[in-house]
Amino acid sequence: MHISLGVIDYAVLLIYVAFVVGIGFALRRYMRSSSDFLTSGRSIPAWVTGLAFISANLGALELVGMAASGAKYGIATSHFYWVGAIPAMVFLAVFMMPFYYGSKARSVPEYLKMRFDERVRALNSIAFAVMTVFASGISMNALAKLLNQLLGWNYHLALWICSAVVLVYVLKGGLTSAIYTEVLQFFMIVLGFAPVVYLGLKDVGGWDAMNNALHGVAQNPAALHLKPPGTTYGPDAWSSAWKPLLAGSSHNPMGVDVFAMVFGLGFVLSFGYWCTNFLVVQRAMAAKDMGAARRTPLIAAVPKMLFPALVIVPGMIAVALTSIPNKNYRIPPPPLEAKAITAAAAAVKAAPEAANSQVALADIIEQVSAAQNGVNPQTGKPKKLMNFDEAKLAQVVKAFASKPIDLNQTKEEKACEEQFLAAFTNTITDYDYDGVILSLVRKYCPTGLLGLALTALLASFMSGMAGNVTAFNTVWTYDLYQAYMAPNKSDQHYFWMGQAATVVGIITSIACAYFARMYNNAMDIIQLVFAFVNAPLFATFLLGMFWKRCTGTGAFLGLSGGIGTSALFHGLTMAEGKGGWLGANLQSFPSTMAQNFWMASFAFIVCFVLTLGISLATRRSKTDEELKGLVYSLTPKIKDHEQAWYLRPAVLGTILLACCVILNYIFW
Amino acid sequence: MGLDIRWPIGLLFSLVGAMLVILGLVTSSDPEVYRCSLGININLRWGLVLLVFGAAMLAMAWRASRQPAEPLSSDKK
Repeated sequence: MHISLGVIDYAVLLIYVAFVVGIGFALRRYMRSSSDFLTSGRSIPAWVTGLAFISANLGALELVGMAASGAKYGIATSHFYWVGAIPAMVFLAVFMMPFYYGSKARSVPEYLKMRFDERVRALNSIAFAVMTVFASGISMNALAKLLNQLLGWNYHLALWICSAVVLVYVLKGGLTSAIYTEVLQFFMIVLGFAPVVYLGLKDVGGWDAMNNALHGVAQNPAALHLKPPGTTYGPDAWSSAWKPLLAGSSHNPMGVDVFAMVFGLGFVLSFGYWCTNFLVVQRAMAAKDMGAARRTPLIAAVPKMLFPALVIVPGMIAVALTSIPNKNYRIPPPPLEAKAITAAAAAVKAAPEAANSQVALADIIEQVSAAQNGVNPQTGKPKKLMNFDEAKLAQVVKAFASKPIDLNQTKEEKACEEQFLAAFTNTITDYDYDGVILSLVRKYCPTGLLGLALTALLASFMSGMAGNVTAFNTVWTYDLYQAYMAPNKSDQHYFWMGQAATVVGIITSIACAYFARMYNNAMDIIQLVFAFVNAPLFATFLLGMFWKRCTGTGAFLGLSGGIGTSALFHGLTMAEGKGGWLGANLQSFPSTMAQNFWMASFAFIVCFVLTLGISLATRRSKTDEELKGLVYSLTPKIKDHEQAWYLRPAVLGTILLACCVILNYIFW
Repeated sequence: MGLDIRWPIGLLFSLVGAMLVILGLVTSSDPEVYRCSLGININLRWGLVLLVFGAAMLAMAWRASRQPAEPLSSDKK
């Protein structure tokens, strides 16, 4: 099942690696102090930080995940861009950047310390540092697994080599290196995937033909095994962004209602991510002046608004192609583990001995599922049964039961095994949605273009790691090491510490990658805990930046209360079998997405109310003078009236929002 | 920061674009290679796009390098 790469494909890959390492070495001579290394000495033009800003967000997991969501939910996935990003990015540029940049804070936690106190900073910086390391570990694990499944590379080798490349260029060029390679990666992604989308659309017969096919799919999604039998939606469930959503949570494949979408995603989660996550805000903070810092998110918003065409449309193409029989395409099945392949071959060979064909098929399904998903020790049954098209499976059994498929000694037998594997996996009706984007690359790219597309994917994995590591080393060095462990050292000492933190960050990421590989469940829990921490954060920032009466105690207790609320909420509700671990189920949601949106909304409201109440009950710890430059009402407004209109954030922001509304209208 | 990022971007895409164009020309007589891309010689076409993009980046970097460094903006530091 491996793709074989040509010489040209490897050459493209090697050239890219040579360039990123080369950039690292070229920047080495500009790295003289800790601020050069960790904050780029605030010297980068806006278009570069803008593209890096969007690129740090467009990690490979996002790329893969958005195509998957495009297939699962259709064009409504664009709400993650048009509702869940653009307004928050405009808000960051117009209202929040002046405080971040103007306060000269070197990181988001440091701003929290200036505005509130050490407790809030400690809470935020520790959570953030741990999160970045896990995020980069998860993404590196995905990369190594992908290279292993796709190209047959050794998992460990792939993991260590890719990490080493990242280590070299980040260690040499610091944040600047990471930002530059993110810009390079931005163009790689756009130029690497655009031809795939073009060919896919052409193949499916153009935009209208794709939508026609999707209308058919929406009325009976069970025919393609997209949803359980009996599910039916309006014909536009995959091809309209708002209509199915307005019809209610049971009328769209996302299972989300309008309130959860607009308030939960569009306000709480999106503002929480874009306005407070240091990973993206750090890019804007590296800009060369206040104007450039404020334009950074606005420049980033332009490609962000158009990205659905690149990342969501492939998923829609995949569903449309699957529904057209003569296109010879299906959304790929989950890749079978080696154990499961062996089990499949053995079970198919044993089939003729079973009492009847029904029993034989059930046997095969059980054994393959046990090998693939593991066995529940209490019942002795597979943890999860896979789904098969039983009629097709019966044909495969008939065709292969007497053939030498369990050996792969001679050439003939190997060929037979490959035929068997292809036929057998085709009977699986489960989908590996994350495989959609690669299956299209594999379908349409001849050698040459294939190298470009794969390099783009690899590039986004690596720059995702670099982004997380550069955010980690800054927070570690300035907010944890300098603040609590070794204050008042020389700048050279912190420079050295920044480099050491880079090495440690990468090694810890590798450890996390192995952890993610071994304990999938533990990884899900960790990600959930981060969701708890992040959901209420924007309430703290909102009150802190726009209300001078907000106190440190209020912020700290409000944030803690918000985090507790999200944990409690998740423990008391259920969706798709997730949550409810406190033993009670007060509310069931049609999808985990809806559950997340509602959880974030609750956490935000609790954090907001608690912070407000406690602030009023406690004495102010900072005077008006101390809060100058940190709170909206105490900061002199930036005068930009004499600047050209295309440099003014408020004007640009309004134009962007208008474009966003138009896009929503077009795809209504 | 010292290095103008347009140089490496321009060089990278010119190089990759040139490779794809050459590959496209060499394989243009072989329809088998391009069956997967719907019979379109996508290497040649897309290689040209990359080449144009790379050249444009190089041209911008070259123009910028001939102008004196831009003065520091007033709100720096």
